[in-house]
Amino acid sequence: MMDIFLMFVKAFVVGGAICLVGQIIINYTHLTNGKILVLFLIAGAVLEGFGLYGKLVEFAGAGASVPISGFGYALVHGAVQAAKQDGVYGAFTGGLAACATGVSIAIVSGYLVAVLFRPRTKKK
Amino acid sequence: MESNAEITRENYKSYVFEKMPKSSHWKNMIWAFLIGGTICAIGQAFIYLYSLWFNAQDASVLASATLVFLAALLTGFGVYDSIGRFAGAGSTIPITGFSNAVVSPALEFRAEGYVYGVGAKMFLVAGPVIVNGVTISVVVALITLLFGLGG
Repeated sequence: MMDIFLMFVKAFVVGGAICLVGQIIINYTHLTNGKILVLFLIAGAVLEGFGLYGKLVEFAGAGASVPISGFGYALVHGAVQAAKQDGVYGAFTGGLAACATGVSIAIVSGYLVAVLFRPRTKKK
Repeated sequence: MESNAEITRENYKSYVFEKMPKSSHWKNMIWAFLIGGTICAIGQAFIYLYSLWFNAQDASVLASATLVFLAALLTGFGVYDSIGRFAGAGSTIPITGFSNAVVSPALEFRAEGYVYGVGAKMFLVAGPVIVNGVTISVVVALITLLFGLGG
């Protein structure tokens, strides 16, 4: 029980800290949302290239896997694992395969929302 | 800035920076930390929930997928953008921000049709994210194959 509580604290603190770093970067550079997302994605991917981000995921769980850097981690992790198994073929299939669930759900729910909801007028 | 005539492309940016409220930096950062942390803690709760039926890897993927779906719904109701107004990076950087970046333009450009509106605009932000992510993953995997490094 204590373990579970501690895991929530770690997820909250690490996830919050990653977002805090992003906010500091936004405050000083005024980067747009898209660029911030790509920046953190690349950061997670490169860190996993050195085998580091996986350790953070082990430590903080969702605190590391939920931020977009965790998406970069999952892509690289999946590609590297598949490459070890299937060689060059795996290097090309592994990344997208690992992220297929998230991307597909984003696309399908995006489509559904676009069909079912009315674009709301900005600020009620 | 004495007159409008002096506003050029170069000094416009610094002019805007000057006029932006500066005092809110600390507040921004605290909100980003709190909201970002909360979203991740909710993700952790879903990981524990899915761990009852799936292995650790699948539970983590399903937890993120659930957050993506919930954020898509909240975007549809216009709630996510209200959170984003004060949460800043706290709502952008979690996977829910990615979902918001997919759904929001899809909804907004529906008037332009389902092909060039919804279908194309959906990838306004998701496109760069997927293009960069997939490219890096392939490059890192190939380097790993060549030199036998990496996670």
